[in-house]
Amino acid sequence: MAVLAFIIVSVSTPITQWQAFIAYFLAIFIVSLIAKIPTPTLLVRSLIEIPFIFFAILMPFFGTGERFEIGPLNLYRESLLAAAGIVLKGTLGVLSAVVLSTTTTARELLRGLEKLRLPKLMVQIATFMLRYVNVISDEMNRMKIARESRGFIATGLKDWKVLATAASALFIRSYERGERVHLAMLSRGYTGNLPEDYTKAAPLKAWLQGMALPLFALSILISTTVIG
Amino acid sequence: MTNAPSLLIQELAFAYPDGNQALFGVNLRVERGERVALLGPNGAGKTTLVMHMNGIHPAEHGSVSVAGEVIDTQDKELLRRIRGKVGVVFQDPDDQLFMPTVGEDIAFGPYNMGLRGAELDAAVDEALALVHMSEYKDRPPHHLSFGQRRRVAVATVLAMKPEILVLDEPSSNLDPASRRELADILRSLDITMVMVTHDLPYAYELCARSVILKGGVIVADGSTHAILTDSALLEANRLELPVGFSIQ
Repeated sequence: MAVLAFIIVSVSTPITQWQAFIAYFLAIFIVSLIAKIPTPTLLVRSLIEIPFIFFAILMPFFGTGERFEIGPLNLYRESLLAAAGIVLKGTLGVLSAVVLSTTTTARELLRGLEKLRLPKLMVQIATFMLRYVNVISDEMNRMKIARESRGFIATGLKDWKVLATAASALFIRSYERGERVHLAMLSRGYTGNLPEDYTKAAPLKAWLQGMALPLFALSILISTTVIG
Repeated sequence: MTNAPSLLIQELAFAYPDGNQALFGVNLRVERGERVALLGPNGAGKTTLVMHMNGIHPAEHGSVSVAGEVIDTQDKELLRRIRGKVGVVFQDPDDQLFMPTVGEDIAFGPYNMGLRGAELDAAVDEALALVHMSEYKDRPPHHLSFGQRRRVAVATVLAMKPEILVLDEPSSNLDPASRRELADILRSLDITMVMVTHDLPYAYELCARSVILKGGVIVADGSTHAILTDSALLEANRLELPVGFSIQ
């Protein structure tokens, strides 16, 4: 949640207040240091952003309004600002998400969502997805190996029929597994609640630590708005 | 209550909604502490019978009672109690282990039975110790071997301290060592047990008594030794001892 708040604050900062963004990047970096995430890991994992940045970089070349030149480049001022905004804000968002996913296991994330009063059903569905994604991908792999063992290699459009059949078989199998899992749950007295005893209430200190980053960002936003 | 059999099935018949009748009047009485093997060919109705033992399927005709209580699938409170008394271990441990970690999965049953806090922890630890899997408590199930998952599946049910343990094909897909380890664990439990299996040597090893289900009725009921040495009976029910295996 802290990550979400941080992203919202940083996205709502106008791009012209460039001082604020320097502070945001510093803040993320400090948090990652505290969390003992090696900087290379942080950078490698944020590479996922590149395809999005690519389009943002093209933006200044197309647009309307005031133009100006940097060296050989002829750019549009407004588009440049918009692109810079996308790149900076996007990078901030990705970095904070990377910090979250590196420090927190999927299981803890789900517990967190549960604590934040996300509907129980959604948390349960996500929990099961987490548990069965491996089982189903293993099944998919076994089916792929079985296909290929009988001489099938997907080469083009004409093979889509086979792949579609395989996908539907996988779907039916997953559906049937769902039925069996439900039976197994009923057999152990399932009435609609998953055990939550293992989750502990978050102490105030944890809340404060968690909110430190977005609060810091918010204070910077306010101060740069006041000064600038 | 003390003299009531653990499981008493009388004239149980059942047809699936599509009209396919699976059971035609099953009678079975299992005394407390008995270990019974339920044998029979594929499609004999074994799994359907198991689904009646804990009230997943309602008894359409006849009755099923557990420790003296007749199962009524309309009575939710009774059903909860019955499901605490009859522990079913399903064939595919991936169907049984649906929580993110082994410990949480084992906690699922006792939690539904109303245990909380330290009591819940104690039940989980005890069940894990019974199947020698204590050190795997915080591991996700998909990181375990198949044999380990099967053992955890047994523990998930043991944690509910059931009156009867019902196992569906407990030895299927296990390597010989896992198979033997599971047998040792099952033998060490002081509990009534119904074991659905095709693995006749396994039945011989673990259960003094066997019943054969075929075409939705019980066609034989006796000592495992007597049944497994009656080759005509086995042949008539599509059951075979492994090659080279003989019982004197």
